[in-house]
Amino acid sequence: MSDIQVFVEEADGSITAHNFPADMGLNLMEALKGSEYPILATCGGMALCGTCHIALLEGTANPPSDEELDMLDTLFNSGDNSRLSCQIRLSALSNGARLQILGEGN
Amino acid sequence: MIQTDICIIGAGPVGLFAVFEAGLLKMRCHLVDSLPQVGGQLSEIYPKKPIYDIPGYPSILAGELVDNLMAQIEPFNPTFTLGERVEELERRADESFVVRTNMGSEIACKVVVIAAGLGCFEPRKPEIPNIEAFENKGVSYMILDPEKYRGKKVVLAGGGDSALDWTIFLADIASELTLVHRNETFRGAVDSAEKVAKLAEEGKIRLLLSSQLGCLAGEGQLQTVEIINKQKESQLLEADYLIPLFGLSPKLGPIEGWGLNLDKSAIEVNVHDYSTNVTGIYAIGDINTYPGKLKLILCGFHEAALMAQTAFKRVYPDQKLSFKYTTVNGVNAF
Repeated sequence: MSDIQVFVEEADGSITAHNFPADMGLNLMEALKGSEYPILATCGGMALCGTCHIALLEGTANPPSDEELDMLDTLFNSGDNSRLSCQIRLSALSNGARLQILGEGN
Repeated sequence: MIQTDICIIGAGPVGLFAVFEAGLLKMRCHLVDSLPQVGGQLSEIYPKKPIYDIPGYPSILAGELVDNLMAQIEPFNPTFTLGERVEELERRADESFVVRTNMGSEIACKVVVIAAGLGCFEPRKPEIPNIEAFENKGVSYMILDPEKYRGKKVVLAGGGDSALDWTIFLADIASELTLVHRNETFRGAVDSAEKVAKLAEEGKIRLLLSSQLGCLAGEGQLQTVEIINKQKESQLLEADYLIPLFGLSPKLGPIEGWGLNLDKSAIEVNVHDYSTNVTGIYAIGDINTYPGKLKLILCGFHEAALMAQTAFKRVYPDQKLSFKYTTVNGVNAF
């Protein structure tokens, strides 16, 4: 199994390291939910609800689709490094990526 | 008042199929949906997308599945209230219910089935600390009557199509119109974006790009809106109205106040029959949660079938339910 390491910047500023499997077809939202982050992910990964919004602080991922950019554009707190975590494939996320969870429910 | 056996909240695929399962057991259904058409997300969001996990269909377009479900439930003559949102639930002394919508429709029923999927779509509120204090005191999230803004100082915020369209529309109505957008460019329709740029060049509107909303202030009524740009420089705009247009987000809505056990925004159910903690109210499809829950249409269909078995006991308390296959018994219309 190939794992990647992902660092999550928590609300209190601390950093938590997670190892996620990169070869199981998971997206980042699913992995974060699996790690008990309170992400609503209401639409289940269709880039429709914006509740899995994250800031990708460091690292690279598969580029956003038009649907994702359209949704990000409607979010109040989105910035240049905003992404919907449901649209990031773990297999395309760089090892050591650092992120902050911004979506509703946090 | 509409009289029925089961009031189904949500006319998505699972709500529609619940009509079939209820119909087999001679229970009549009335469906309510906040969208103007049946099919829920399938019709609203992805009618032309194929679905591959409906048993018996290697591939079927979402819109076709809705059409097929409507044909399948036709013998049971369901009735609909569309384009109205369920607001209130009243429990009567005889344990039956009255469901009321925002438009005043009333449905009397013995059983309520919530098949509301993601919930209903409501305007997304920006995270500004004191924004709620100014709601209906200058802040609104949708434009119902544009005339309200005639001769007023209006600030619109957002970068989607509705922000662009309303900017163009209100440019001639408001005395001062400002559009605030967090980006340098717009992703909305190109010609709308061009029109907005032209209005700004002509001085008819104020366009503040790469900017965000800051604090709101006013005494009893909104008076100023702080705008912060990317360099963290802030300016205060005088404003009678602020209209944030940040799209829609699915919310459970008024159902949240019905005393149902919730886990995040899903309704907890008993897997025996998908009943909630409130007797007579069931929740099926994407809106419910239980250990091992999968948000799949086919799971919602299964939940509808089991729900109907115990809903029968409420609708026909004196009758014994005998299970019959449709292959043996056919579909008996009513």
